Amino acid sequence: MSSVAAQEQRRATAAPARASAASKGPRLSRKHREWLAAGLFLAPDVLGLLVFVAIPMVLSIVLSFFQVSGFGSYEWIGLGNYRRMMDDPLFWDSMKITGLYVVVLVPVLFCVSLALGLLVKQKLPGMGIYRTALFLPYVISLVVVGVLWKFLLDEQTGAVNRAMRAAGFDGESWLGSPSLALGCVIAVMVWVMMGYYMIIFLAGLQEIPKEFYEAAKLDGAGPWTAFRTITWPLLRPTSFFVLLMSTVAAITGGLDLIFVLTNGGPANGTSLAIFYIYQQAFGFGEYGYASAMGSFLVLIMVLISAVIFKFTRGGRFDDGE
Amino acid sequence: MASDTLATRAGAAAGRRRTLSSRAWLTILAVVVSVISVLPVLWMVTSSFKTRATVTDGNLIPREFTFDNFVYVFTEVPFGRYLWNSFLISAVITVAALFFHSMAAYALARLRFPGREKLFGAIFATLLVTAPVVLIPLFLVARELNLLDSYAGLIIPAIFNAFGIFLLRQFYLGLPKELEEAAVIDGCGHWRVYWNIVLPMSRPILSALAIFFFLANWNAFVWPLVATNDQDLTVVQLGIASFQTQYTSNWNYILAAATVAALPMLILFFVFQRQIVESVKTSGLK
Repeated sequence: MSSVAAQEQRRATAAPARASAASKGPRLSRKHREWLAAGLFLAPDVLGLLVFVAIPMVLSIVLSFFQVSGFGSYEWIGLGNYRRMMDDPLFWDSMKITGLYVVVLVPVLFCVSLALGLLVKQKLPGMGIYRTALFLPYVISLVVVGVLWKFLLDEQTGAVNRAMRAAGFDGESWLGSPSLALGCVIAVMVWVMMGYYMIIFLAGLQEIPKEFYEAAKLDGAGPWTAFRTITWPLLRPTSFFVLLMSTVAAITGGLDLIFVLTNGGPANGTSLAIFYIYQQAFGFGEYGYASAMGSFLVLIMVLISAVIFKFTRGGRFDDGE
Repeated sequence: MASDTLATRAGAAAGRRRTLSSRAWLTILAVVVSVISVLPVLWMVTSSFKTRATVTDGNLIPREFTFDNFVYVFTEVPFGRYLWNSFLISAVITVAALFFHSMAAYALARLRFPGREKLFGAIFATLLVTAPVVLIPLFLVARELNLLDSYAGLIIPAIFNAFGIFLLRQFYLGLPKELEEAAVIDGCGHWRVYWNIVLPMSRPILSALAIFFFLANWNAFVWPLVATNDQDLTVVQLGIASFQTQYTSNWNYILAAATVAALPMLILFFVFQRQIVESVKTSGLK
């Protein structure tokens, strides 16, 4: 209390002094000093985001109308890159593979992570250890993950095939057939990311008041009814977040893993669009053409995000029903 | 009344029996998924201690224990250099990013100036721009700025992301106003309020973010791949990827290299587990 009183007193004595200082001369007013401070505090990040995020984003659209050749010669070709894209079967193959990849990966990852979140929310002995174990793959780089699974999935010597043969099955050529290889990429991605989204789901689940479940129990509701009527609707913001994040990550991420695990093969079977775009840009120097495909991919991504947003009502509760 | 309580009690007893057996099943399930999660990593680590002849023998525990793979990795390949590059780059990015982001977040949360909300909206919108999408123009911008094949080129573009600003702003919005008000009245400038009061108060969130940034940059692969050619600038993830293509079936060496690259992150994770998990949690909630 006394310190508050002291503050008040100081404020009272300081105010006239400051007022006279401000009126005297060139010193900035308190308001303008705050503006100046804000400008200086924000300058490094705003400048950095402008140069390394915002301008490149705009530039990638601009570039898509140019033919970029060699070192820094740009030629305007209008929609030429887009026309070329429409007639490029390899690009559309990569889009099909991306579509399949996203359609399988996102729901599987969603269900596995949600199930794990529900599991580790239970009060069981040693739960801390299970949470740690499940999150652990996430801290390892995708390059190391790729190396590690390439070792385990090796057709002749890999541990997976050894275990299958020991159990009486034939080993599979996991990374040797296009469809199996894509399945392996998806499975490895689920293995890496499930712990991360599990924690996000866990945080969402812990936000739901316990009283709701107690009330449901008193009403005689079983676990499934409780999940359907309490958990699922109240988890909507988290579900929205996970769905959006994992979709965006699936469409534009995973380059590192593809590089190491399959390098786009076999027979382009794991050549995701983002991988094909990378190859065109940095393998063949087709920066303009790659930018056109990249812009197209971003457009698709924005459209899908909008659909997710509409579908989950942006993760809000007020659905006006 | 009496029958009512009796029924409740009977129901509770049945419930307890049910939960007991379901608890057992849940525990088994938790153990199984945990093993699936950890076993591949464990396999990599133990296999890196095996010899060339036994590395693919299908046993988890090596029969002959050897450190030769690690010696080879550090003597035949400049792996120490790779590790140092990754450490240096990740550390500088982390420190710079925390410094800049906390300054920006403080201004956005606590200072009043015209256009504040619009600016925050614009910064927030950059979250939608994911790194692989702007890889090509970023490469051309870095080339124009003469940043390719330099530490600066590996560091500077990686500093700026709206995610850190966003989380720190949320944190600063929740801090009590009284402290800084008192400081302002005492005649402190905004810089001293930030440096002496706000920064020390944000130690918990800064340490959580620091671990997260360090981890993300240690594991980064695509930008270093695009931005560098120079052997002296090779980061550890790049080193492993090229090592892996050179030594295709020498799994003992490859896995030793991979283990060395993963080990710092695994240690960091075990030591700062709580902070990492908390920062992931807040990223989802906000």
